[in-house]
Amino acid sequence: MTEHLAAGAYNFAYLDEQTKRMIRRAILKGIAVPGYQVPFASREMPMPYGWGTGGVQVTAACLVPEDRLKVIDQGADDTTNAVSIRRFFQRTAGVAVTEATGQATVIQTRHRIPESALKQGQILVYQVPIPEPLRFLEPRETETRKMHELEEYGLMHVKLYEDIARHGQIATSYAYPVRVEGRYVMDPSPIPKFDNPKLSGNPAIQLFGAGREQRIYALPPWTQAVSLDFDDHPFETSKAPHDCDLCGAKDSYLDEVITDDQGGRMFVCSDTDYCAGRRARGMKGRLWAPEPEGAA
Amino acid sequence: MITDALEGGFTEAPVQSARAFREILEAMARPGTIRRVQGATPPAPLSIAAGVALLVLADPTTRLHLAGEADCPAVRDWVAFHIGAPLAVAEDADFAVGTWEALQPSLRFRIGQPDYPDRSATLIVECDRLVNHGACLTGPGIETATWLNLPETAAFRANRALFPLGFDTLFTAGDRIAGLPRSTRVEAI
Repeated sequence: MTEHLAAGAYNFAYLDEQTKRMIRRAILKGIAVPGYQVPFASREMPMPYGWGTGGVQVTAACLVPEDRLKVIDQGADDTTNAVSIRRFFQRTAGVAVTEATGQATVIQTRHRIPESALKQGQILVYQVPIPEPLRFLEPRETETRKMHELEEYGLMHVKLYEDIARHGQIATSYAYPVRVEGRYVMDPSPIPKFDNPKLSGNPAIQLFGAGREQRIYALPPWTQAVSLDFDDHPFETSKAPHDCDLCGAKDSYLDEVITDDQGGRMFVCSDTDYCAGRRARGMKGRLWAPEPEGAA
Repeated sequence: MITDALEGGFTEAPVQSARAFREILEAMARPGTIRRVQGATPPAPLSIAAGVALLVLADPTTRLHLAGEADCPAVRDWVAFHIGAPLAVAEDADFAVGTWEALQPSLRFRIGQPDYPDRSATLIVECDRLVNHGACLTGPGIETATWLNLPETAAFRANRALFPLGFDTLFTAGDRIAGLPRSTRVEAI
């Protein structure tokens, strides 16, 4: 601790101890009641709401000096949000950082679950904008709380049914609601529904932090999380019907990148570590070209 | 007596409490796994693990119930100096510490409210030893099944039947700690 104080005059992992105790109690209650949103006294963080203040507080409460932290934003390690949060914890907690999913002990994520399978001992921390899955159907907190209490989730099924009536299929493609262990309906944060199957039976601990909305919830390892659906319209994952143009992966979630103003486009893995790992093993996609000689 | 109460807390609270919380998190998220914690030397009869759990989780905003032999001047003084948690009767407590016998009847502890199931007690149950043998545990956090020497099964089955209400339990013995959240199904074998 002494060296952290000398370096930046921050307490270990930025937050004061009283705040961390409060967050830690909320995390444990969230673990004990999987899928239930535990209110907590979210603090103002040195970044705006929407930049992961909830995830940052959960990460700060969980970090130990021996951790190796990975931060991803829509799957990418090198975007502004990911880089700034990673630097924040390098500076305030002195932890090691990595971009490799397999080497990380704590992964803070915005809107993706890494493609590589997680393992026991890892913690995945989600940044959550709106934790209440029923919020856009029922704006009153008093009512949604009562609906969770009574397991009254008919409204959500009506919403999915109206999707089918209007579009012929369930049109919800991200933040797709799941039922946790047959009890609470939970918003898995705005991950694409492609990632939903990875929520269930995951050996890692999954923690969700919503800073502005002041909620923490959790999925312990091996917890069942079933995506809501109907017998005649079963849940289906979706992704762009292409292979990655850089690494050729057929099984990963893809981002569309516009390459010119003539309608040119390419599809690349959203998970940068997964894509780079495949290329390092010699796998090539349609548009992959090696770096020219002498390029930095 | 007075000097005793001033000792036995964390010497580097931010880092020691972070490491200890991580073990407690793993213990609670994977019911039945036995983890080790360190950093506190509370007065007898509190175990190291019970002292660490209190230092990590309790503070002046949480009410603490000391049960049985744990309710002694040495422990009261130590809690007052290091934690500052107000002492409370069992029915009002956020945390309770003592042997399983001293904590009886367990159903008097707070189990939360239907709309706020998180407002429930966490029991810190002092045990002689912890081994992965005894009652069979299944549920969230457990891949197939695991075993833990629980002091009894009936009370934890009754607690599970209240889900999502119920109290949560940490078992402590020496420097070892194990968790049993309300979500775990318990079967005597």
